[in-house]
Amino acid sequence: MKSFFIATVLAAGCTAFASADQPVLTVYTYDSFVTEWGPGPAVEGAFEDACECDLKFVAAGDGAALLARIQIEGERTRADVVLGLDTNLTARAAATQMFAPHGVSADWDLPIGWDDPLFLPYDWGYFAFVYDTRRLASPPDSFGALAQSNTSIVIQDPRSSTPGLGLLLWVRHVHGDEAASVWKELSDNIVTVTAGWSEAYGMFLDEHVDMVLSYTTSPAYHLIAEGDETKKAAAFVEGHYMQVEVAAKLKTTDQPELADRFLEFIASDEFQAVIPTTNWMYPARIPAVGLPAGFDNLVQPSTSRLYSSREAAEIRDVALAEWLEALSK
Amino acid sequence: MIRLASAASFALVLVLSLGTMCAVALRADFVAGIEASDWAALKFTITQALFSSVFSCVLAVPVARAIARRRFPGRSFLITILGAPFILPTIVAITGLLSIYGPAGLLGRVASFAGFAAPQVYGLPGVVLAHVFLNLPLATRLVLQGWLAIPSERLQTAASLGFRPFDLFVHVEWPMLRQVLPGAHVVIFLVCLSSFAVALIMGGGPRATTVELAIYQSFMFEFDLGRAARLALLQFILGIIAAVVAWRLVLPADFGAGLDRPPERWDSQGLGHKLLDWLVIAAVSTFLLLPMAMVIVDGLDAIGQLPTSVFEAALRSVLVSLASVLLMLLLALPIAIAVSRTSLASAALAEGVGLLMISASPMVLGLGLYLLVFPYLDPVMLALAVTALVNAATSLPFALRALIPALREIEANFGPLADSLNVTGVARFRMLVFPRARRSMGFAMGLTAALSMGDLGVIVLFGSTDSPTLPLMLYRLMGAYRIEQAGSAALLLLLLSLFLFWLFDRGGRVNAAT
Repeated sequence: MKSFFIATVLAAGCTAFASADQPVLTVYTYDSFVTEWGPGPAVEGAFEDACECDLKFVAAGDGAALLARIQIEGERTRADVVLGLDTNLTARAAATQMFAPHGVSADWDLPIGWDDPLFLPYDWGYFAFVYDTRRLASPPDSFGALAQSNTSIVIQDPRSSTPGLGLLLWVRHVHGDEAASVWKELSDNIVTVTAGWSEAYGMFLDEHVDMVLSYTTSPAYHLIAEGDETKKAAAFVEGHYMQVEVAAKLKTTDQPELADRFLEFIASDEFQAVIPTTNWMYPARIPAVGLPAGFDNLVQPSTSRLYSSREAAEIRDVALAEWLEALSK
Repeated sequence: MIRLASAASFALVLVLSLGTMCAVALRADFVAGIEASDWAALKFTITQALFSSVFSCVLAVPVARAIARRRFPGRSFLITILGAPFILPTIVAITGLLSIYGPAGLLGRVASFAGFAAPQVYGLPGVVLAHVFLNLPLATRLVLQGWLAIPSERLQTAASLGFRPFDLFVHVEWPMLRQVLPGAHVVIFLVCLSSFAVALIMGGGPRATTVELAIYQSFMFEFDLGRAARLALLQFILGIIAAVVAWRLVLPADFGAGLDRPPERWDSQGLGHKLLDWLVIAAVSTFLLLPMAMVIVDGLDAIGQLPTSVFEAALRSVLVSLASVLLMLLLALPIAIAVSRTSLASAALAEGVGLLMISASPMVLGLGLYLLVFPYLDPVMLALAVTALVNAATSLPFALRALIPALREIEANFGPLADSLNVTGVARFRMLVFPRARRSMGFAMGLTAALSMGDLGVIVLFGSTDSPTLPLMLYRLMGAYRIEQAGSAALLLLLLSLFLFWLFDRGGRVNAAT
């Protein structure tokens, strides 16, 4: 037994030694990014081919919890890059003073202008409720209609998940100071609030709820990957809230050059071409191959809604308190 | 030597409970006062604990009565099973309950097949359901003890007086219940006050957030240390109040002595009573066993295809669990030995230690340790060590309960002889205490091992992202909606917890005949 233990320690020591001359780049991200059908494996393979390094993705909860994770670990964090925040969080993230400028410039194909020196966009999309046409013939077309109906939904917690936070700001953007009463009316439609997107979407696919908070681009996954045309995004007449997902380098990284190379890689065709059919979002820069077929039939919002990152940070606390109170009842 | 060691144990317990509390109190942010959502969490915590303890106790009465009144094959098995939920990892219990009462559960499928809407489990109903599942057995055992403590001579007298079941209830059983139930009620209320994992998974959002869960969310989602600490202080105060009430309420039962003859029940031989008892026994067996059966059935499919990361997590958990056992012995033995040799005053002190650790909640401990340790050490590096230590400390009250009576008996019977032979120190432990206290030591070790194995408490606060324990891994698999893998991980966790308990408990009994 003792010799087995020693052998194990030796073996572990050797592997540590063997990989010591290969630098490790640690990227904290959300769960769905690193699944085998997510962008993780393709991105890792492509980047490792070029960098002669070990790219290590660490799933650290959903987008919004990522920021807290970095704060909990503080300056000792092993993360070199964080991938999975969005513009609703960047002002708060910048305030932690933990992130360094990315130094990447690119011709973005974003619906908004981009000049953030710290946070690098990698994809974007619109939040939407996704439903199954076989189970819901005529989905609600507004928050009011949803609240009036007995359609069951699952949403994500705005404190841990970027879609959850997006919905909070979406309702606020549409209804302003009436947002609290809208949440009160919506509360009996909400079956449960999950910490992350994966769990919520899984519950929808297993038919536990009628609709799930996701993206207008989610049906493209079912169409392209599964040939399934029954999943659709419900178009809301008041428009849809936008999300731009970003990555950033930590100031405390011990691999600054590698981190910079990874951020440049994010803006490259290779990375951007992987995004539409793995993360099921619009790429931040349309790659030479263009968008896959199936992305042309998606819901196009009548109005595109977004707070600036500064506004989002200012509104968030009030909106969150309203949400907590409305759903506590 | 023993004095020094027991003083060190006391000191460590004090640092863990009061030290973390001080760290939390210093950091608590009251600038914004107590916010509306804090009140909501406080209200929900008390409400669910009240519902959970009342339901557990009320349901325990017919169950305990049925078991007390009837003799049937499998009776002792049922009584053993009533002890199981205590060492069952909470997250495994939740997995089992969801597979029956959850949105895709057995009940939901039957309901939708019959054309009814599936029941909604998330929120207060789910939290109370899980707590009743976990605590009904404890309540039943406490009430059953009360029933079995009624001397058979009493029942004989009652029969000779021609008591009908109702008369017996009024004159014999009700007075017993009035003594037993308040204690059971308060103990379960206390346990449910610091409920975390149940609310985390069955809560379903802000409408069912316990204070413990709110601490976790403030820390893990928002990194709002001021609010987390404020909530932790509320939780600590709540726990202390409830613990003091519990301490005052636990009354001794007094029925006069009997001759321990097996009780015979001349009442309740009517067909109606028999039918009722059998129905109750069948219902409670189904309620307790079906979720566990579902864990086994659901888990078997994919257990061969679990990724190695799950087995690594399992190994990590086993090591943490063994470390907890070792630490528990180092903490408990000096206290138990010191207490068993001295007066009742120090026994009260040991009880105090127990209450401190029961009312200390995992999130308060975890947050306090984070605040204390963070400036000097990497909390993520310490996650596993802290988990081992906290579980050793939280098992301490149960370990002391098991050890102190055994050691007292040894001292009373053999202490003077050992003294006269001048057998002291290590030799006394090796030759006298260990062989005779082995059984209770084994039980305490098994309990600690199982509790530590299944713990989803302090580890969630700073469990590292790449080296989780098995319960944390299971929670993450559920979060990523890998239902099949989660099912198998739950089965693995169940088997390991039960195995560890069995191993130590059995180890304490081997050669018991010699």
